[in-house]
Amino acid sequence: MKGLSKDRLWSMAVLAPSVILIAVFVYGFIARSVYVSMTDWGNDPAQALALEPIIRWVGLANYQELFTGFLQGRFRQELVSTIFFTVFFILGCLGLGLGLALILDRNPKGEGLWRTIFLFPMSLSFIVTGTIWRWMLQPGGGVNQAPTLLGGQPSTFGWLSSTDALWKFDWNKLPLLTASVVGLVLIVLAVRAARSGDRTRTLVAAACAALLLGWALLIGPNVKLLPAPELHGFNLALIGIIIAAVWQMSGYTMALYLAGLRGIPEELREAARVDGANDLSLYRHVIFPLLAPISLSAMIVLGHISLKIFDLVYAMAGPDNISTSVPALNMYLTSFRQNQFALGAAIGTILLILVAFVIVPYLSSQFRSEEGHA
Amino acid sequence: MTATPAKAAAAPATPRRPVQPGRVVMYALLVLAALFFLVPVYLLLATALKSPDAISLATTWHWPAALNWASFSEAWGKIGGNMLNSLFLAVTATLLSALLGSLNGYALSKWKFRGANTLFALMLFGMFIPYQAVLIPLFQFIKELGLYGSIWGLILAHVVYGIPITTLIFRNFYADVPDALVEAATIDGAGFWQIYRLVIFPISIPGFVVVIIWQFTQVWNEFLFAATLTNTTSQPVTYALSQLAGGQAVSWNLPMAGAILAALPTLLVYILLGRYFVRGLLAGSVKG
Repeated sequence: MKGLSKDRLWSMAVLAPSVILIAVFVYGFIARSVYVSMTDWGNDPAQALALEPIIRWVGLANYQELFTGFLQGRFRQELVSTIFFTVFFILGCLGLGLGLALILDRNPKGEGLWRTIFLFPMSLSFIVTGTIWRWMLQPGGGVNQAPTLLGGQPSTFGWLSSTDALWKFDWNKLPLLTASVVGLVLIVLAVRAARSGDRTRTLVAAACAALLLGWALLIGPNVKLLPAPELHGFNLALIGIIIAAVWQMSGYTMALYLAGLRGIPEELREAARVDGANDLSLYRHVIFPLLAPISLSAMIVLGHISLKIFDLVYAMAGPDNISTSVPALNMYLTSFRQNQFALGAAIGTILLILVAFVIVPYLSSQFRSEEGHA
Repeated sequence: MTATPAKAAAAPATPRRPVQPGRVVMYALLVLAALFFLVPVYLLLATALKSPDAISLATTWHWPAALNWASFSEAWGKIGGNMLNSLFLAVTATLLSALLGSLNGYALSKWKFRGANTLFALMLFGMFIPYQAVLIPLFQFIKELGLYGSIWGLILAHVVYGIPITTLIFRNFYADVPDALVEAATIDGAGFWQIYRLVIFPISIPGFVVVIIWQFTQVWNEFLFAATLTNTTSQPVTYALSQLAGGQAVSWNLPMAGAILAALPTLLVYILLGRYFVRGLLAGSVKG
């Protein structure tokens, strides 16, 4: 075909600006952040904003400081908080979203109106949501006053100010806990691989599990990250923020599930009914398995939103509320209020690593399957 | 992701059934869920319409005895300028990234070359990164360009980090355009740009609507870049609202009225064009 090669050149020329911008703004800046995180830029306040700051290479010292430094207990609590936040936020959104989608799938009257009601918070900014819920969760305010509407006593729960925590554990046990959990997951993987007859995978998984669990049994108990025990747990003050986040985002999972439910051919349901399935087993054996991929993509999208959420926390609880803070907020404060750029960059990098754990396998599996088709 | 399968799936109407207890439970659950979603709106309106001295925690739930519309003009006085900043920012950034996304999507879906998918995956990663991981270099870069504090620095950031999602939506949109159309045009002697102008662009309107709605909402609602890259003259409304609500002395009708003002543009877009909004929502996660 004549002119084809020129057209291909044009297509690359059209892509070039975007590719260059992404290369610089995403990959270049990530590399730069990682570099900054390994320097001491800003650790000395006098140098932070100097025109020609003296910046020294310090390797992983900032990371060591974050995980074991006496002053960085706030960061460690935030790391724990963000994990709890993510788990409950995802569970809440999946549960509520699935429930609403299942109801809407039964074709109630005025379906469009219901859907609009459940979905409208998605169009709001986290700052707007945060402002509204901050008012509702005031100590003597909206939600706590609600029981009086029914003649009850006002509640006194400190939605955003509580300092109580559940499921506390000693930070020193973190390596031990992590190794045990990962080890157990690997054992499950090994067993599943053995069942499906994949020998290499079985061996690799089993060997890694043995190494980790062996380490956890023999060396783990003696590892001390901190000189003294430091307790971290699930702060109750986070509950209000989780509710607000679920309020805002569960419409999204509802829309996803509803699209999935509408995509299930009616013949399939009919066939199951003809085979004698009642509603319950229809859902359990036909519909839910078909929705599983949707749950997975919803979990991934919500998971990465949750790990980097900070505007909602900022608007609801303010920047200085330690019991509700998250690493994404700490990064902003550390870098742009205290000008400790290197430490901020280290927090940003840790966030990136957490998100990458979720996103990279997802993207690569999506695209591997697509290349397979092509 | 086409509109057709969705329509086809919604088409088979269920036959009318007599009133069942199951239906009653269903409506009860719907009302309960709707309460959860609408109660914050009631409190928002009730508080925004109270005068400062009528606001007390004990009477949170009461509808104001006298409506105080002045809250809105007062809130506009505090954040109106920022609303205009946001409007300029969102419109400019949205149009630029929609145009880029359309061209990228066209090149990636209709002129596939070796490694196009890998390149696309690498671009998509940019959509998922926590922006905290690029914030410090971004801040330095914008400052070195002399754009710190200017709305253009913010526009640049939004356009660049908007490339992945707009490209994704357009790529999936164009994937549904039959390759035969492009091939026929090639045989007629049309080149890259002619095909875009005469074949692709005219049928792209729904794609543009989805992308524009999505980007507009995202840019309008964004906070992190807004808080880092701007100063008082160029701050968008999200930042101004957070300042208005963060102050301790302010009476609560102001931040509430401000929240309504800040929410109105995206809320209107959503209510008027909800169908496309949902499509953008789904496109952000499902590859199609």
